[in-house]
Amino acid sequence: MILTLAFRNLFHDRIRLAVTLIGILFSIVLVAVQLGLYLGSSRMITGMIEQSKSDLWITAFGAKSFEEGGILLTPRERHQALATPGVKAVIPIVVAFAEWRKPSGGSTRVVVVGTDAEEGALEPWSLVSGSWDDIKAPEAISADDTYLKHLDISGLGATAQIATGRVKVRALTHGIRSFTQSPYIFTPISRARSLLAVDGEKATFLLVQLEPGASVEAVRQDLRQRLEGSEVLTKTEFRDRSLNQWLFNTGAGVALIGGALLGILVGTVIVAQTLYSSTKDHINEFATLRALGSSSGYIHKVILAQAGLSAVLGYVLGMLISLAVLYASRNSPLPLVMTPGLAMSLFALTLSMCAISAVSAIVKVTKIDPATVFSR
Amino acid sequence: MSGEPVLIAENVVKELGKGAGKVMALKGVSLTLMPGELTLLMGPSGSGKTTLLSILGCILTPTSGTITLDGQATTGMSPDALAKLRRQHIGFIFQSYNLFPTLNALENVRIALDVLGQKGYPAAARAEEVLREVGLGNRLQNYPGNLSGGEQQRVAVARAIAASPSVVLADEPTAALDSVNGHAVMALLARIAREQNRCVLAVTHDPRTLGYADRVVRIEDGRIVGEDRRPDGLDAPEITDLTKKRRTKNV
Repeated sequence: MILTLAFRNLFHDRIRLAVTLIGILFSIVLVAVQLGLYLGSSRMITGMIEQSKSDLWITAFGAKSFEEGGILLTPRERHQALATPGVKAVIPIVVAFAEWRKPSGGSTRVVVVGTDAEEGALEPWSLVSGSWDDIKAPEAISADDTYLKHLDISGLGATAQIATGRVKVRALTHGIRSFTQSPYIFTPISRARSLLAVDGEKATFLLVQLEPGASVEAVRQDLRQRLEGSEVLTKTEFRDRSLNQWLFNTGAGVALIGGALLGILVGTVIVAQTLYSSTKDHINEFATLRALGSSSGYIHKVILAQAGLSAVLGYVLGMLISLAVLYASRNSPLPLVMTPGLAMSLFALTLSMCAISAVSAIVKVTKIDPATVFSR
Repeated sequence: MSGEPVLIAENVVKELGKGAGKVMALKGVSLTLMPGELTLLMGPSGSGKTTLLSILGCILTPTSGTITLDGQATTGMSPDALAKLRRQHIGFIFQSYNLFPTLNALENVRIALDVLGQKGYPAAARAEEVLREVGLGNRLQNYPGNLSGGEQQRVAVARAIAASPSVVLADEPTAALDSVNGHAVMALLARIAREQNRCVLAVTHDPRTLGYADRVVRIEDGRIVGEDRRPDGLDAPEITDLTKKRRTKNV
C-alpha cells in the first residue's frame, strides 16, 4: 500500500508531477552533458598517452602536457636512458604545435606528432584509409576525418602546407580528436623534425619500454639519477599532469564540474519544492494515517517512495534525452561520453538527490499533530 | 453489556494553550466504557467532547489523570507507542470521513490493515469482507469522489472496524449526513457495538442519534454532568425503522 499511495499521490496532480519530472530531467541532462563532456575531454587529452606502448615517459623538466612538452631532449639523454639496466627500448617522438596553411588560404593550428611506428611506441590508431606505409611516403601525413572541414581539405590526396613544408594526406584516422581543437597530424619523426625545424636527433619525449620483469619504480629511480635535467614519469603521472593542465589550469574542467554541480543543485531544489508542496497538499491524509496509528516510519516511507518513483521516472526520461544528445554529438569536435559507470553513478545521484529533497517533506510530516483530524 | 471495562478514564484534566491563553478543556473527567455498548457523548460546542475523544483515542495525552485501554495504562507512553496502541485497539470514524481521495473504497480500508502490518491477499479479503458487512460490496472499486456522503461514511466505518479493534471512536459521525444516511450510520454503529461486542463511543450533538444509544453521557464545561442508560432488554425502534427505510431507498 505504501507504493500504491505514493504512486497515487504523485499522479493525482499531473501538473505538479510534470514539474517534478522536468526538474529531475533538467538536472540529469545537465549533469550528464557536463560529465559527458568532462569524460570526453579527458579521453581526448589522454588519448595519445593511453595509446602509447610505453612504461615510462621521459620529458623535459616542467613539461605541461602531451602538446606542451617544453624544451627538446637531446640524443645524449636517449643514450643515457638506453644504458640503464632494465630498459629495452627508448623511442623518441616529436610533438609540437605548428601552423597548417589551408589550400584555399588562411591557416589554423595543428599538433604534429612525429613518430616511428615501426618502433611500436606510438602510431596512429583507428586508421580508416591508408596505412603506415602510405604515411612513410614523401610528404605524407595522416589526418583525422573529423577535422577535414576544419583543415579545409577534402580527404585522401589533398595537399596543404605545415609551416614551410608541403604535405599530402595519405591516410585518414577516425575519431582521434584533440581537446585543444588543433587536429593531430601524424607523420614519420624525420619529416616532423624537418617540418618543425627540430635539430638533428632531438625529441620532445622519450618513450621507455622495459625488459620483461623489470621493476618500473626501480628503473624510474635509476633514470632520474642519470637524467638530472629531465623528468621521468609513469604513464599515469603524465596522464594526470596533462589532465590537470588542460582541465584545471585552464579552468575548463572547473566549469564542467561547476555546471554539473549546478544541475544537481537545481534538480534538488525543484524536487524538494514539489515534494514539499505535495506533502502539504496531502497533509490531512498523513494526519489521518497518523491518527489511524501508523508509525512515523510508515509515513516517511510513503514520502521516500514518492521521491524514489520521481527519481526513477525522471532518470529514465533524463537518460533518454541525454542519450539523444550523446548521439547528436558523436561527430562533433567535442563528443560526449557515457559509460556504464557514469550511467549508474547518475542513477545513484538521482536517487540521492530525491532522497535529500524528501527531507523537507519529512520534517513537515514529522510535525503533524494527529489531533488535527478532529478539527476539520 | 458484557465483560470487563475496555476503556477507563480517571480524573482526566487537560489544559490547552499557554500563558494567558491557557484553557482548561477537561476538569477531572472519569468515564468507563464497556464492550457491547454504544455510548453517545453529548454536549454543547466547547464543552470538551472532542478533547475527551482525542484523549480516549490516545491522540492527545492528558495533563493529569490516567487512561487505561484494554488493561494498559497509557501514562508516559511515547508518541510511537501511543500510535501502536491506536492501530491495535482503536478504530476511528471522523466527521468528514477523512478518506484518501486517491484510493478506492477497498484500498481505503486496506490501508488501515497495512499500517498494522497486514498485507497481501488476507488483507484484501478482510477489507472486502468488512465493506460487504457495511453494505458496500458492489462499490469496492469506487473512489470517494464517486460515492455519496453516506457511502463514504460507511467506508470510514469499514476502515474503523477492519482490524477488529476493541474500541471504535466516532467524531460527529452523522453531522455531514442527511437524515436517512445519518440513521443508517447510527444503526451500523449500534450493530457493531452489540453484535460484535465492541465498545463504541460517538461524540454527537445530533438528537436523531439518541434512539440508538445504550448510554448517553453529557458533558458541559469540561465536566461530565449527567448520564442516561437505556433500560435493559429494550430494543432500539429506530434500527427497525431504518431497515425499512433502506429497503425503500437506496442510500
